[in-house]
Amino acid sequence: MKFPLSWLKTHLETEASLEEILACLNTIGLEVEGVEDKARALASFRIARVVEATQHPNADRLRALTVDAGDGKLLSVVCGAPNARTGLVGVLAMPGDTIPATGTVLKVGEIRGVKSEGMMCSARELGLGEDHSGIIDLPADAPIGASYAAWAGMDDPVIEISVTPNRGDALSVHGVARDLAAAGLGRLKPLVSPSIAPAYPSPLTWRIEDPRACHYVLGRAVRGVTNGPSPKWLQDWLSAIGQRPISALVDVTNLFTYGLGRPLHVFDVAKVKGGTLTMRMAQDGESLLALNGKTYALTPEDGIIADESGPEALGGIIGGEPTGCDEGTTECFIECAIFDPVRIALSGRRHDVRTDARARFERGVDQALPALALELATQTILQLCGGEASTVAEAGTPPAWQRNATLRFERLASYGGDAAVLPAEAVGILERLGFTVVSQDAAQVTVAVPSWRNDIIAAGELTQAPELPADRAAKAAEGCAAIEPECDLIEEVLRIRGLNTIPPVSLPVASAVPPAALTPRQSRAVLARRTLAARGMLDCVSYGFMEGRTAALFGETPESLRVENPIAADLDQMRPTPVASLLLAASRNAARGYPDVALSELGAAYRPGMQLQVAAGVRVGHTPRHWAEASRAVDAMDAKGDVLAVLAALGVPMAGVQVTTDAPGFYHPGRAGVVRQGPKTVLATFGEIHPKVRAALDIAGPAVGFEVFLDAIPDPKRRKRGAPDLPAFQPVRRDFAFLVDATVPAETLRRAALGADRTLITEAAIFDRYAGDKLPEGKVSLAVQVTLQPRDATLTDAAIEAVAEKVVAAVTKASGAVLRA
Amino acid sequence: MSDTNDLAALRDSTAQQLAAAADLRAWDAVRVAVLGKSGSLTGLLKGLGAIAPEARKERGASLNRLKGELEGLVEARRTALEEAALDARLAAERLDVTLSPRPFPPSGAEAGGIHPISRTMEEITAIFGAMGFAVAEGPDIESDWLNFGALNIPEHHPARQDHDTFYLPAGADGRRPVLRTHTSPVQARTMLGQEPPIRIIAPGRTWRADHDATHSPMFHQVEGLVIDRGITLGHLKGCLIDFLRAFFDIRDLPVRFRASYFPFTEPSMEVDIGWSRKTGELGKGSDWLEILGSGMVHPKVLANCGIDPREWQGFAFGMGIERITMLKHGMPDLRPFYESDLRWLRHWASDPLSPPSLAEGV
Repeated sequence: MKFPLSWLKTHLETEASLEEILACLNTIGLEVEGVEDKARALASFRIARVVEATQHPNADRLRALTVDAGDGKLLSVVCGAPNARTGLVGVLAMPGDTIPATGTVLKVGEIRGVKSEGMMCSARELGLGEDHSGIIDLPADAPIGASYAAWAGMDDPVIEISVTPNRGDALSVHGVARDLAAAGLGRLKPLVSPSIAPAYPSPLTWRIEDPRACHYVLGRAVRGVTNGPSPKWLQDWLSAIGQRPISALVDVTNLFTYGLGRPLHVFDVAKVKGGTLTMRMAQDGESLLALNGKTYALTPEDGIIADESGPEALGGIIGGEPTGCDEGTTECFIECAIFDPVRIALSGRRHDVRTDARARFERGVDQALPALALELATQTILQLCGGEASTVAEAGTPPAWQRNATLRFERLASYGGDAAVLPAEAVGILERLGFTVVSQDAAQVTVAVPSWRNDIIAAGELTQAPELPADRAAKAAEGCAAIEPECDLIEEVLRIRGLNTIPPVSLPVASAVPPAALTPRQSRAVLARRTLAARGMLDCVSYGFMEGRTAALFGETPESLRVENPIAADLDQMRPTPVASLLLAASRNAARGYPDVALSELGAAYRPGMQLQVAAGVRVGHTPRHWAEASRAVDAMDAKGDVLAVLAALGVPMAGVQVTTDAPGFYHPGRAGVVRQGPKTVLATFGEIHPKVRAALDIAGPAVGFEVFLDAIPDPKRRKRGAPDLPAFQPVRRDFAFLVDATVPAETLRRAALGADRTLITEAAIFDRYAGDKLPEGKVSLAVQVTLQPRDATLTDAAIEAVAEKVVAAVTKASGAVLRA
Repeated sequence: MSDTNDLAALRDSTAQQLAAAADLRAWDAVRVAVLGKSGSLTGLLKGLGAIAPEARKERGASLNRLKGELEGLVEARRTALEEAALDARLAAERLDVTLSPRPFPPSGAEAGGIHPISRTMEEITAIFGAMGFAVAEGPDIESDWLNFGALNIPEHHPARQDHDTFYLPAGADGRRPVLRTHTSPVQARTMLGQEPPIRIIAPGRTWRADHDATHSPMFHQVEGLVIDRGITLGHLKGCLIDFLRAFFDIRDLPVRFRASYFPFTEPSMEVDIGWSRKTGELGKGSDWLEILGSGMVHPKVLANCGIDPREWQGFAFGMGIERITMLKHGMPDLRPFYESDLRWLRHWASDPLSPPSLAEGV
């Protein structure tokens, strides 16, 4: 919403400065978006006369001017403009002035030996257009020494505010003036109804066929009008707010739309077919050629204004071209109606038509204004276009907008904390906003809500959660009904009074040492992220949606997870795993010359009806080159290492964790695993990325990835740890090498060895794996270190030998392995 | 001579030979024998010139058809053999995934780091945690009711237009789920899930169909909700001032509250912090920068979630995590947050071993 200050001052009597007005607007919820104040930038530029212009003694293209700036002193100015001549009246910049177009500050100078104490400006230098063909050439009678901006009528700053969706009443200069007056910045000038004597019966009548289309409408014709251009003041106002002046009649409707927030429409009576304008719902197949030149295919949900030949306006949104007024109009018919906000909002959205009328009707217009607005509009048209007015045509019933609200002063105090608002102050604010006191005592005040405040005790049902128990829902609804009007009033009082007047109070805490902000599960997620970062991975945040085709490489892409209105074709499918996003990122990094990356993300994997929290990561390329460690390709064991590190950090008992090979299809089938706890719970997957997936994503180097499903990890148990096992005797370690089928998992051997003697053996670990020409085909050699922990006495050789035999027997039994000689 | 018999025979024999070709070398031999320069089909095509003109047209058409057919067969076999070769290679490349991983990661802690958004969320948690807030969560895909209806934003509400909502296909109930446009649905989830008093923050991902230099279709917000007895606007202001001064580490950071409107709060206010537009320095200069929205919880929102507004009162706020992160660190551009550019991440990442702690200073 934009308005020039001069327009505001026709509604507000005020001594306040522009700065005070802006500050106040910001405070009371009418946020200032910007101020266009040409006069401010040009404040010091004065009108000056060239007393004498002579050729510059040392430059062919320059002239030496003697300039009278009106203060009695003559200035020497060097000027290069071709039109600089004796007697020219122009605009002078003095030393210290900032030239708007260039931002440079003017200084006294000397140009080729001639002193220059100022500058005669071109229009472009002042930021007033593109004209740089010469200096500004003003009429000879322009007042020498006066401010140029003031003389040119540019000292009318244009204020732009953003109006929140609840404040239909503030989409008008009058409404803004009212709020400012309420906040103490002046006095609102009341609207006075003129008395207009009808000269003839209205040539058109209204018929409301369907009240859904319109509840209430007034109209009046004016005949004998001359629809020329509107006067300069109106054109200037409209131009200032970005509206193109069209003709007097159309400009008057805009004057009321912006001035009073009261959209009007004018029909050309000669173009209306039949003597009746009908408010009805449109029929399928009907269309409207609107004033914006577009044709709208109407639906039975659209309320329209129709004559005999069909729709002539989308009611409350936009008028039609065929019956619009133009320069040939001699008789117009002013429409002033009340439309249903919801219907306007839905129709406007359906046809994607944004007009100033729609913006006001969908927020709600002043319910009591139509009669007064029609009188005022008639008067303005008579003044600007001449002619005589008809009787008023009316249909429907005026809306019932009257309602009361009660404010308890104690409740008001409870919002403001320490800053208790005095009852008199609160009532004063409400009265200045147009509320009228119905009754008042020491505890409360009951006021009547003004007709323009549709947001106070707004219509609108509760939409309570369906799962609420009936009694709880009813009690809450009753509480809301009782309290909502009061809340509306409290908001008004505090808004106008200024929220900055309320002293801040630190939130009291129940105890000085607060409980943990995170649940154990939430802490776990944070810890997973840190663990991966500490393993050299960079934590990423990536979009949760991606191209459907890419997503399909990583799992199911159900229709239910496809975005219906994607912003781009490659962001239309909710991702099945963050691994997909990270591989895309790795590919982008490789394209930038960084093929070796380790990226992780704590993010969602989407499934129909649910989302999983996943700690995911990818490692692509090779390990760093280093003098002590050779660089190598990343492999599935790196991903497994990341998985186990996260699980260990999150307190998963690692002894119970198993790895199976049934990994998802985006991994290499022979080099990927699933980490399980028990047969059902999948904690994680890891592995080398399938070569086909790599190829599809343009990743040249080796790539591995993993996903840890944080939701699958059981809640940590709060168990006290038992006493540590601290035997008095030294452990004994023995190595065994086995020849075994390459298909046997090493873990089978390790577990068999570990389980061979449950009292003595405390650890078993594979420390060597060899496969090669020296072994029979299909066989590998696996070496296990077994730790024996004596508890009662040092072990004898015989005892050790006995355990060794048990180990070999157990391993052979479990895996078919043979001890290597 | 039968025109068609020899062609059918060639097709059948080629198909048999292709089927018999067990590897790409054998396949290539078949291909050359049929389609190569001196292949059998090529020979037949060359022979066309010797045929009587009246028969040539028909014969030529048959041969071209056969050529297309044979090329198709050859290509299909090649694809099949390549797939089989890849499968065989992958099967042969089996790794024993039960082996234990190396005891150290392939890159050290110094190479890794925490994303600035993650970091900010942890800082927010630390500061609000000290004020007794717990962290609450909700899913990215929400019902229309939780995202809008519960929050007093009915279907026709003008505020809906500002939300640029992403929709997913309608479920069994005929209603389209949305990608949540703000973290405010967590307010409703929390009120439905627990009795007041409530004191939560809800950091998380949010989505809007808007993409330009200053908007990302996915971004992050943190919601705050306090429901208790005797909660005032003074508490709202105190809480937010305490947070902003701690977060930006500026003890005298100017904070301004302006009346505004949100459907789910009343009164509503926008919160500005002082800064210098010229230098970008926070807490200096005389300009104001809008940083978050807040207000007293609207009675309709309380009632929608089964809380009696006569008994309970509270406040809510929401702020953009990217915005406060960019302001705190002087980061100029929003877009790189989601691009996972190694160079950007290394520059802005924070040390995982130094998480935010009030004891050490956030």
